[in-house]
Amino acid sequence: MRGHLLRRAGASLIVLLVASVVVFAGVRALPGDPALALAGEDRSARALTAIRAKYGLDQPVPVQYVRWLGHVVRGDFGSSTRTGLGVGSTILDRLPVTLELAFLSLLVAVGLGVSLGVLAAVRRGSVADYAGSTAALVGLSVPHFWLGLMLILLFAIGLGVLPASGFVPLFADPIDNLRHMLLPAVVLGTGFSAVIFRQTRAAMLESLSTDYVRTARAKGLAERQVVGSHALRNSLLTVVTLIGLQLGQLISGAVVTEQVFVLPGFGKLTLDAVFQRDYPVIEGVVLLTTVGYVVINFVVDLLYSVLNPRIRVAEDAT
Amino acid sequence: MSAVDVTVAPRVRTRRRMLLRLGRRPMAVAGLSVATVFVVAAILAPLVAPYDPADTNFGSVLQGPSASHVMGTDDLGRDVFSRVVFGARASLEAGVLATLLAMVVAVPLGLVAGYYRGWWDPVISRATDVVLAFPFLIIAVGMAAIFGPSLRNVVVALGVTAIPWIVRVTRGEALALREQDFVRAAIANGAGDRTILARHLLPNMAGTLLVQATVWIPQAIIGEAVLSFLGLGVQPPTPSWGSMLSAAQPFISLDAWLALFPGLAIFLATLSFNLLGDGLRDILDPRTRR
Repeated sequence: MRGHLLRRAGASLIVLLVASVVVFAGVRALPGDPALALAGEDRSARALTAIRAKYGLDQPVPVQYVRWLGHVVRGDFGSSTRTGLGVGSTILDRLPVTLELAFLSLLVAVGLGVSLGVLAAVRRGSVADYAGSTAALVGLSVPHFWLGLMLILLFAIGLGVLPASGFVPLFADPIDNLRHMLLPAVVLGTGFSAVIFRQTRAAMLESLSTDYVRTARAKGLAERQVVGSHALRNSLLTVVTLIGLQLGQLISGAVVTEQVFVLPGFGKLTLDAVFQRDYPVIEGVVLLTTVGYVVINFVVDLLYSVLNPRIRVAEDAT
Repeated sequence: MSAVDVTVAPRVRTRRRMLLRLGRRPMAVAGLSVATVFVVAAILAPLVAPYDPADTNFGSVLQGPSASHVMGTDDLGRDVFSRVVFGARASLEAGVLATLLAMVVAVPLGLVAGYYRGWWDPVISRATDVVLAFPFLIIAVGMAAIFGPSLRNVVVALGVTAIPWIVRVTRGEALALREQDFVRAAIANGAGDRTILARHLLPNMAGTLLVQATVWIPQAIIGEAVLSFLGLGVQPPTPSWGSMLSAAQPFISLDAWLALFPGLAIFLATLSFNLLGDGLRDILDPRTRR
């Protein structure tokens, strides 16, 4: 187990290091000479040389990379060229909105996907199964930002029961906050729930046909127990992995959903930074997303081996 | 029977059988038909569209559907139906080109990793892990920041996103196939690596790769729409379903039709490829065959 853990941690670290090189190279590939941008009015050769010396731009590239990494590791991403505020604190300001959106969407997705997936598998071939499978296919094919526009049309403009856009902080007014987050969470969560539904249904069908489920039934366990503690428990393994793999999609989806519902989150910050060519913010956003994504995948991996003793044993044996 | 018949006939027969089996699945046939309609509309766009998609007419803006404009007009008086038809070009271009790009890069990498193993395998696998560390939208954002937004960058961003997944699938298939008896027989007969890869491994994983393509094309269609909606993709005035939706957003309470049709087009195009893909997977992928 410990060997497995260390190996996975090592692999994640290598991925992060290479990713940091990619981001660093990407920032250097951006058009424009940073020294010129920093110089402002005084663009004499002397002033430029002084700036290059001050920011280490005259150093060899590998040296620049190590210096840059040193700053980044300490959480120093520089400051936004638009607002002058620190990139780190700007991102931290926006993160809670996105995290809340992601959390509520996951709740919707797992709640819908797992429960309907189990129902469809247990009643295979029934109306519920067909209805669920059809809904999942539709859910996979609907572009969720369009679904967002249509729901705004229906619930905000047509019925006038929910706000179309905007954000109220959770601690300022929890009820109003949820009213604003409901549509975005449903929009982002339903597409996700289609994927989870399909995986849950397939995994449940597989485990319902195994010998241990037959044994459980043969020894007279209630169907609830057979489904709940035997079949579902084993099916959840693959579902957990899937959720981990899909988190990147969730991040991408959050950016779009924030744009549709004008939520002042991480995604909105990212897009604004791109359109305003605010390079330090772009760099910080890309780097933090990547780190977060790799770390979450590492945690999912750990969770997976905790949940599944077979993996643990097999990995130790090698 | 000549030698040619012996080698070719079984494959032709298999293909015919595949088509027959696909024909027995109404949903897959429906998917194939709708997808074909979109492809034909995209290719013949100038003939299908009743108006020039760029023609503005300030005398009739934000009109609902009517006999002269079946999907109405937008805020500049342009015919929405013509723009939806031309928008199919951007969508399908992104869908097909991104998938092709990913296949061209990923399949050789997967083959090499799975067939040769050795030090190739861990190097290629770690490299795909690095690409996987970047969520799709982050790749697209980075590319838009460096090169500016365009359809070409959309294609590259979507292609790069698909590469690691296709490498994994190809590698897995290659790993399984290289242990098969017919590959061992070929090796024993003195076949070179190139012959084995091209004549024995690749044709036998064609079905799986075809299913992968039908999985990625709809994803790329939605991806293009998302990026163009965000302003990171196709730039106006070139029509694209995503950018049409973002242009419609400010007018949504005035003219709901404007936001309806481009979204329906994305939905139908994606659904048709998904239906086709599900059908093909049921036929070709032995793991889901029940």
